[in-house]
Amino acid sequence: MIEARGLSKRFGNVVAVDDLSFDVRAGTVTGFLGPNGSGKSTTMRMIMGLDSPASGSVTVLGRRYRELPWPMREVGGLLEARSIHPGRSARAHLLTLARSNAIGRARVDEVLELVGLTSVAGKRVGKFSLGMGQRLGIAAALLGDPGVLLFDEPVNGLDPEGIRWVRTLCKTLAGEGRTVFVSSHLMAEMALTADHLVVIGRGKLIAETSVADFVAGSSRQSVKVRTPSPHQLSDAVTDGGGTVIPDPDGSMSVTGMAASEVGDLAASMGIALHELTPVASLEDAFMELTDEAVEFRGES
Amino acid sequence: MTAVVGAPTPFAIDQPPGRVGLRRAMAAEWTKLWSVRSTTWTLVGTAVAVLGLCALGTGTVSPTDIIEDPTRRSLIGVFLGQLIFGVLGVLVMSAEYGTGTIRATLSAVPRRPVVLSAKVLVFGAVALVVSEVLTFSAFALGQAILSAKHAVGTKAAAAQRAHQLGVKVPHNLQALLSNGSASLGQAGVLRAVAGAGLYLAVLGLLALGLATIIRHTAGAISAFVGVVLVLPLIVEALPAGVSNAVARYLPANIGLVMFSTQGAPDRVVSAFSPWTGFALLVFYTAVTMGIGCWVLVRRDA
Repeated sequence: MIEARGLSKRFGNVVAVDDLSFDVRAGTVTGFLGPNGSGKSTTMRMIMGLDSPASGSVTVLGRRYRELPWPMREVGGLLEARSIHPGRSARAHLLTLARSNAIGRARVDEVLELVGLTSVAGKRVGKFSLGMGQRLGIAAALLGDPGVLLFDEPVNGLDPEGIRWVRTLCKTLAGEGRTVFVSSHLMAEMALTADHLVVIGRGKLIAETSVADFVAGSSRQSVKVRTPSPHQLSDAVTDGGGTVIPDPDGSMSVTGMAASEVGDLAASMGIALHELTPVASLEDAFMELTDEAVEFRGES
Repeated sequence: MTAVVGAPTPFAIDQPPGRVGLRRAMAAEWTKLWSVRSTTWTLVGTAVAVLGLCALGTGTVSPTDIIEDPTRRSLIGVFLGQLIFGVLGVLVMSAEYGTGTIRATLSAVPRRPVVLSAKVLVFGAVALVVSEVLTFSAFALGQAILSAKHAVGTKAAAAQRAHQLGVKVPHNLQALLSNGSASLGQAGVLRAVAGAGLYLAVLGLLALGLATIIRHTAGAISAFVGVVLVLPLIVEALPAGVSNAVARYLPANIGLVMFSTQGAPDRVVSAFSPWTGFALLVFYTAVTMGIGCWVLVRRDA
């Protein structure tokens, strides 16, 4: 359970987080979505008590992070990928953290096993790949068996197998009743992992909703249609008020018309359909919402 | 979806009583200190400097030389050792920032003054033990070398030295032979040797304090070298009036007074007594550490 209320942070003249309020509930995976530079990491750091807010507050389990008696037993955080001394072994890194929170040595080996780093536990972290570093960061977060987990861009640098592992892990942890808050700038990833979304852009809250509602609320739903008579159908759809964009693979995307409407229209004209798929893209919904709120953009 | 809203931590089953405090933080710092190679390297480096220069400084003495202060001569390596030792003090804090470990550290122990206190106590204790072992070893080594020197060629050397000193040989031959080296029982010797160790340890903590303020390894090392090595040179270059007034406040000169058994060296005019000087050095370190703590608490990690 995380509660942010009017959270703000500025670095010099730049407002990084602007009057942000949201709740992260237990038992679900909540995605923290926003373009790069939108203030996700800063917000995560404020939750962990590493940065202090200019105004507002954020609490975990009803307390400020600094007031938690045994922080690692209540909140586990994976912040920026590398927050580990490269000269220290994976086991030694976890051991230093464990000792500070009165966590036994056995638990260190347990989390190493859990993230699949047992065979390299004695190796210096400097020799680790990005993916192994991420796994070690996740091991550190899980060390105290906490009820609240914060993962900042956890799939960065992971291979497809690792990405799937993180996805499953998040769901498992939430399934156990834990609070799981995962940030990402990859919408497709969030669609697969999260149940709820907190969407921000330029430090401001854009949406706080379920993934399903977020997608459904998008005006950019389209219908993928495949037919042997594309020209006929294309004209009919256009006459009916829809818009047709031919796709390179020979199919077409129809917007402005629901899948059922396209199907009925084709039937009434005796046009055969080989495919009729409604496409709801979280990516599109996200782009639409944050269009105004992207801080860095290439010329296009 | 059945969200367990507001449920108190269901997972940390065996929450121990109390909270993360100094004892736990110190245990973590101890593990941290010994789990990186730089700790051993810098300690070995300090030992090589302190003992190596001692061997050099005493080994090159000619049997006929009269050494003004054999104790100080054997502790000469402390001046180089303090620089390497200071690097360790800097790294104890700056490595946390350089590698990002500080975020993990402060997540585990969110009360920042506790983190700094744990570092000061753990590193301070290690520094003190290592420093004392080194200064007493250097003293023993240096005096062994010196007395061996003066035992070489006994009669001829003694006769020559007796001639230099204008005394007759047979009567006080033994006194002359032992004149070249010091023993812990002599006035001021124990204070100089133990004090050199204290000086070394406190300078390590001063380096730690500077690193807490500056955060960057290179910057903190530069500041430390500046205070210990460069500042005395600048002060010496100033007009005599200013130089004489300021010299006795410098950490390096406080150290010099501490190692000497025969009163302050000439270049430190109206020097503080060894212990007054040491108290001043502790005060500098405490102020540095206080500023460091304030900065640590105030700034974002």
